[in-house]
Amino acid sequence: MTLVTKFLGASAALALSAGAALADPAIIFDLGGKFDKSFNEAAFGGATRWAEETGGSFAEFEITSDAQREQAIRRFAEDGNNPIVMAGFSWATPLAAVAPEYPDLKFSIIDMVVDAPNVQSVVFNEHEGSYLVGMLAAMASEDGTVGFIGGMDIPLIRKFACGYAQGALAVNPDATVIANMTGTTPAAWNDPVKGSELTLAQISQGADVIYAAAGGTGVGVLQTAADQGVYSIGVDSNQNYMHPGSVLTSMMKRVDNAVYDAFKAGADLEAGFNVMGLSNGGVGYALDENNADLITDEMKAAVDAASAQIASGELVVHDYMSDETCPVLDF
Amino acid sequence: MDLLAFFDIAVLDGTVRLGVPLLLACLAGLYSERAGIFDIGLEGKMLIAAFLAAGVSFTTGSVWLGLIAGVLASVILSLLHGLASITFRGNQLISGVAINFFASGITVVAAQAWFGEGGRTPSLSGAARFESIQFPGALTRIRDIAKADLPMKVYSELLSGHTIIVYLCILIVPFVWWTLYRTRFGLRLRAVGENPGAVDTAGISVYRMRYSAVIICGVLCGLAGAYLSTGLQAGFVREMTAGRGYIALAALIFAKWRPWQALGATMLFGYLQALAIRPDILERAIGIRVQTQVLDALPYVLTVIVLAGFVGKAIPPRAGGEAYVKER
Repeated sequence: MTLVTKFLGASAALALSAGAALADPAIIFDLGGKFDKSFNEAAFGGATRWAEETGGSFAEFEITSDAQREQAIRRFAEDGNNPIVMAGFSWATPLAAVAPEYPDLKFSIIDMVVDAPNVQSVVFNEHEGSYLVGMLAAMASEDGTVGFIGGMDIPLIRKFACGYAQGALAVNPDATVIANMTGTTPAAWNDPVKGSELTLAQISQGADVIYAAAGGTGVGVLQTAADQGVYSIGVDSNQNYMHPGSVLTSMMKRVDNAVYDAFKAGADLEAGFNVMGLSNGGVGYALDENNADLITDEMKAAVDAASAQIASGELVVHDYMSDETCPVLDF
Repeated sequence: MDLLAFFDIAVLDGTVRLGVPLLLACLAGLYSERAGIFDIGLEGKMLIAAFLAAGVSFTTGSVWLGLIAGVLASVILSLLHGLASITFRGNQLISGVAINFFASGITVVAAQAWFGEGGRTPSLSGAARFESIQFPGALTRIRDIAKADLPMKVYSELLSGHTIIVYLCILIVPFVWWTLYRTRFGLRLRAVGENPGAVDTAGISVYRMRYSAVIICGVLCGLAGAYLSTGLQAGFVREMTAGRGYIALAALIFAKWRPWQALGATMLFGYLQALAIRPDILERAIGIRVQTQVLDALPYVLTVIVLAGFVGKAIPPRAGGEAYVKER
């Protein structure tokens, strides 16, 4: 039955126009894979939400090696999928090569900027979300020392750290922020053992709230924090459920919203910059039944007030990537 | 300058935790290479053991069953390596690389098919995980320990609070030394790696000796991997060995293929890793700020120095890497 529908649909679409045979949107995931509990899964969630709400269908592909990138974009472009969304900063180079060849199609890239008239570049204000969880960390901390554990030492992760430190110091100017990076190679995203060691080291230096922006390494951070009875903060997706009562909150990066919006816009997707920040629900902190007891009304009020100020532009959080320096944290 | 800061108890404690998987993997490589089978597949064997140990522990709720499963998986890969390089006389390096690639891929695929959590296993808790053993009266929380006095720190942090595998590891080095240097088996094992022809002439099966060596290697790698996912961590994450198999190989060369020196080398490398996560202590000790990347690179730098012949000579077993051909 489905097959018949597909054939009918395909022939009907072919009859209508040869240029855009199938106007279904497409999404291509990065190497982490569709079910990574984090970035890619959020993207998949956004696509699924769109499909459920509109009853539409979308094409998807998970690459298994870097060599497939250009080929994957080209395949969807040849099929006439529109728009084509790709999740991850590594897509920039292949997309910059392919996009000009298909001027009638729209592309959207998440986490990176590609300058082309038919590409929408979605970037997130992670420093704003990190600022909010930094405030929560400083308010939850008893001793005034909070920790940050990053994955690979790249500017994007320093952006998280810098926003976090600014938030913590805004609440408690005497707070100490300890920041560590796991490593300088991609292996740093998947080294929970080192994540645990870093967590223990930070706890012995007095930290009692630790924010992990480190992919799979964060699993070790959250685990050790739970074992040692201190708070931790998750990242990207809502990770509160991983250790209820120990994960203070999670800095949410709404990749799902970015994908959902792109799919919804369809062929009318607006090219250019799309900055997802606090003002348009692109970032935020997670509050659910798992951490309801940890976030007091007072904390919530303070953070929501700051959130409104940032959204209105009254309060500006320094973005590490704007000038590669951080005024409050020395790396 | 405060050189005593180098002996910070927290760093020494980290050294033990990080050094133990290196030590087990290093001794695994030692058995294998002493018998003439080069093994760069330590990493892959640790990885598959880490995965199966976590997966089986979660499913059955018993960490011991998980440990057995992990060790078995590692031994199977070892036998595969043996089959390729002993029976079929293939290139030992290529077979080792193949094992690493195989383990890296199959663990993620199998974990996804089994648990559907993106190549991870669910978090282990309770009996599905090696709990740390607390000595009577020892403090358990790092926050309390950090405030305690020195003897209490040494007792609570350095001596107490490790998992059973760490305590077993204390016995393993003398045991390896004894088997290698004081038993008939050890003598034959070393001879097979130096001059298999002579061993064969004496009427001892070279193949049998080499197979026993790779099986022991598999068992030790399995322990190292299981310790990573069920002792140090509470679950498997893809590629979680993060190059420890290669550092263990570097340690093996640094130790010049000898057990006591392997202990020293792995603990030194573990110490460097533990120090790398405490830049504040390093700064206190030597007064200047050092990039942690320097410390991360040191194990490899030291190995290159040893290989270049600056600190004695590192001579590998003479028949290492060569398949034994009985008749030409």
